[in-house]
Formats: sequence, structure tokens, C-alpha cells
Amino acid sequence: MNRPTRNAPLHTTYPPGRAMTTTDIRPTAAITVAGPASGRRRPSRGWRVAGYTALLLAAAALLLPFYWMVVASLKTNNDVFTIPIKWVPDPVVWRNYVDIWQRSDMTTWLGNTLLLSVTVTFLQLLTGSIAAYGFARIRFPGRNLLFLAYIGTIAVPWQSYMIPQFILMSKLHLSNTLWSIIALQAFGAFGVFLMKQFYETIPEELSESARVDGLTEFGIYRRIMLPLSRPALASLALITFVTTWNDYLGPLIYLRSPDLRTIQLGLNTFISQYNAEYALIMTGSVLSVLPVAVIFLLGQRYFVEGIATTGLKG
Amino acid sequence: MATMPRTRPKRSLVWRNTIAGWSFILPNFVGFAALTLVPVVALFYLAFTNWNVFGVAEWVGTANFRRMWNDASFWTALRNTVYYAVFHIPLTLAAALGLALLLNRKLRGVAFFRTVAFFPYITSIVAIAVVWNQLFSPEYGPVNAFLRGIGIDNPPGWTTSGDWSMPAVIIVGTWRYMGYYMLLFLAGLQTIPAQLYEAAEIDGATPWQRFVNVTIPGLRHTTFFVTVILTIESFKVFDLILVMTQGGPGQSTLVLSQYIYQKGFVESQFGYASAVSIVLFALCFGVTLIQFLANRRGER
Repeated sequence: MNRPTRNAPLHTTYPPGRAMTTTDIRPTAAITVAGPASGRRRPSRGWRVAGYTALLLAAAALLLPFYWMVVASLKTNNDVFTIPIKWVPDPVVWRNYVDIWQRSDMTTWLGNTLLLSVTVTFLQLLTGSIAAYGFARIRFPGRNLLFLAYIGTIAVPWQSYMIPQFILMSKLHLSNTLWSIIALQAFGAFGVFLMKQFYETIPEELSESARVDGLTEFGIYRRIMLPLSRPALASLALITFVTTWNDYLGPLIYLRSPDLRTIQLGLNTFISQYNAEYALIMTGSVLSVLPVAVIFLLGQRYFVEGIATTGLKG
Repeated sequence: MATMPRTRPKRSLVWRNTIAGWSFILPNFVGFAALTLVPVVALFYLAFTNWNVFGVAEWVGTANFRRMWNDASFWTALRNTVYYAVFHIPLTLAAALGLALLLNRKLRGVAFFRTVAFFPYITSIVAIAVVWNQLFSPEYGPVNAFLRGIGIDNPPGWTTSGDWSMPAVIIVGTWRYMGYYMLLFLAGLQTIPAQLYEAAEIDGATPWQRFVNVTIPGLRHTTFFVTVILTIESFKVFDLILVMTQGGPGQSTLVLSQYIYQKGFVESQFGYASAVSIVLFALCFGVTLIQFLANRRGER
């Protein structure tokens, strides 16, 4: 966030030259989110001032909650709500960041969440990228209908079928184990959709010539498609990781034992347990957001690309 | 392909492709079918049973739906869901489009702002809800401090008040999602050719006329797409409300998803909860269908 210039030329096309050398295989599904269209007249002074003012106001509104979160986490509990509001913590209380580890099971929560996020991301990449190849490159009867079923369920809210799913999961003796969350998240249609969109931008001739050279379908996937789709895999990995990390409803329904709690679940129990410890609650919130924020800032480009390509959430 | 012999080789090719295709799709499909397709289908059976936690499903016909008809809490949940959607959808559309137009101009710091706007979307609901609850705190929170500062003596009680808890949730929902939809609009704006604007300018169109006659038609597809996703997202709103207000005070923010959760997972009335789920399903499906039809008619 401190170095905005790094992200300045944000092209939301997967850079064509990156993995492939021919320039004409530019992905068609991706959309460029670059600067304003060149050749447009520079806006007048009045417009620019108005633009900056609006930008500043919007940025303030968007950032205020985060500022409050960090500042409150560094205050003593009595300083969180004062009249007038203290916008700078005085004194700065770093102790909160030590205390929280003793007063909560933060270590267990973070450990569970990390385990789940990594496993789910790995499985989603694996099964998603393989299945997408089947949809994008192999023609067989019923393929389009099957794909329609995949896409269709993206539009069906999970909330509407969580009950039958829970009954099923219980029958399989998966509820109240971490496996339930892995099963829940790892086979999503989203990954298949994103990868298929990307594969279809890779020219068919590449796989044709590989086929002539005697490569099997799996060989084509493994040796040609997978290396070429690194940017799309990165997008999918980041989106899946963050989605799993932030998931609250899945763990709420499936994970009942305290030692299985994820960070979101743990944070929420902590909030209801210590509901007057305003500063400490904010400390926990900061810690729960921090890993995702770092990952987002490092891989921001891929996030934006993934979302502009599919227009769908994870 | 026309020169290929039609009979045996063709058929064996189809077979080979079918086997190859399915073996690629299978690893994902097993999980997908078991955890998504089967539950969706089972939903339509469960809704007509009286399945409870002890698990014998007895066919009860439309009893669940008749019960729903007379269930005041259900109607409250439905009304609140629509209330949320009716305000959340246009507000988010306007905010996202406004931000996208702003970012589409030659201003400094645009890249930084794009990062900032996306931040709420990647932050977990739990953290967001707890921060906003502090910001909305009626006595000491900064939101009401600001309102008092601009001369409003009796600022609302937000999440502690039955009348104001829904607006509070709507504000937070809009704040969270506008960055995401902004990104989609921004992508849409890039597809409008610059020549159109130049031509409009030469013809003497004012900025407003350019917006109405070039930008809005140019964004047609994006707007349609965004509206569809936004609608589904609004109807299924759940975790934000569950963490922020738990449906309260009273039932002032009780929504359909939460009612399903309460009936199903708290009271273990799986059959009845499934019937409510079907209403949610039908609501999302129906509105999406209407949007698609309206869009097609508009295209003609």
C-alpha cells in the first residue's frame, strides 16, 4: 500500500508474451484494465480538482474502518471509545499483541485455517485445471450439457442447499472434521470455469501439433497447457486461498469442536466471550486480516486478472 | 473433416474422446456431483418431508409450504431480504459505476485507489462486522460523532435500533462489495472505443450527454452481468447479518438465509428448512430469469 507506483501499469490481460512467444495468441476473454484510453483530451482544471476531491473522499470512506481497526488495537481498552475520539493512540499499547496469544487459542485457529487453505488451494488447482482441460479441449457427446450444469450451480446460492449437503456430509461421517471443509471447498465449479476460460485462449494448433508428435492428451495437459497457464493458476490459487481463509459459514455449520475452529470462527467466539474488550477484539481482527492483506498486496495483479476474466466470485 | 471415412474410425474416435474427456473431468466431477448436484436435487425431495434430526423422512406433501404460508417469521424474513436487496442493488451499482468512472480518468494515484477499493472485499466478514459495530456505536462511535458534528442532534441508534439496523447492514454491504463491482465496470469501460467519445465531442455533446449516450449503452452487457450477480448476492445475504446483528434487534434484520439456518441447524427441522430453501432458490432463479428475458427483449 505504501508503494502504489509498483502497481501502476495494471494490465488485466494476461500478458501475452509472458509464457507464449507469438503475439497473436492474446487471450480474448481477458479484458484490459489499463489507464484511460489514449488520445482522449486531458480534462479541464475544474474537472481534475473535482476528480481528486471525490477520489480522496472515497478513499477516506473505504480506509476509515481499517484505520480504526489498527488504531484501536494499539489503545488501552478505555481509550477505544472516548469523547472526543482519539485518532492517534496515546500511549501506544503493543501489549495487546502479546496478550491475545495467551487469552485465546489463536495458534490453534491460525494453524487449522492455514492447513485448510493450503490443502483446499492445492486440490482446487489440481482437479480444476484437469477438468477444465476436458471441457476446453476434448470434444465428446454431452460435454456442453455437463458444463452447463457446472455453470448453473454457480448461480444457485449455497444457502439454499446447505441443508441436504449437511445431511449428506453427516451420513458420510465427515461433519465435525476438517475433511468436511476440504470437501466443501475443493471441488468448486469456479476453478473449472476460470481455467476453461483461460485454456480457450491458447490456440488449438499448439495441442494439434503436439498430438501429431505423439503426445497423449494427458501429456498435452501436463507439458503444454499447464506451463502456459501459470498466470491463471496464480489467480485461481490466490482467490481460493483467500476465500477459504475468510470462510465463516462453512466452519460455522460443520466444525463444532473447539479444537477444530478456524480463525473466523475463533475470532467470533472470542468476540462474544470478551465483548467489552474492545481493544483486544481489534487486535484479533488485525491478526486475522493481516495474512490475507499481505497475500493480496503481493499478488494483486493476479486477483484483478482472475476476477476480470470470470467476473465471478470464489 | 469431410474427407474422413464416416463409419468405424469416426465412432471409435468418439468413444476414445468420451473416455478421455470423462477421465479428465472425473476427479473434479465426483466431488462436485456428491456435494453440489446431489444436494440440489435432494432439496426438492426433502422439502416435502418432515425430516428432523433423528432422521426418518416421512412424506408430508405440501404441509411445509402450507405451514410457511401462516408463518409470520417467514414473511418477516422474506420482507427483510427484499428490503435489503431493493436498497443494496441500486446503491452498489451507483457507487461501483461512480468509482469506475472516476478511476477511468487521467488522475494520479488511481492505482493506489484501486487497491484500496478492493480491500474491503478481501477482508473477512467477521473482522468487517466487528469494526463496523464499533464505528456505529450509538454513544461513542465515530459515525454518530460525525453526524452530531454536522448538526444532527439525535443520530440513529444503528444496530441497536429496530428501524436503523437494516440501513446499517445495507451501508456495510455496499461498502464491502462496491470495489469488486467497480472492477467489473472498469473492465467494461475499457471496451468502449475512444473514437465514440471523440465523435460525440466533435458533435458538441456535453459530458452528461456523452455519459448517457455513449457510456451507458457501451456498458450494457457489463451492467446486465453485474446486476444478475448482485441480485443473487443480495438475496442470499447471510454471514454479514449473522455476525453484525444476528438478525436483531428483534427480527428487524432476519433474512431468508438466516431463517433457513435457524430452522435447520438450530432447531433441526430439516424438512421445513428445506421448504424455505426452495423459496430462496425460486427467488434467485425467478429474478435471474426475468432479467435474462428483459435483457433479450431490450436487445431486439
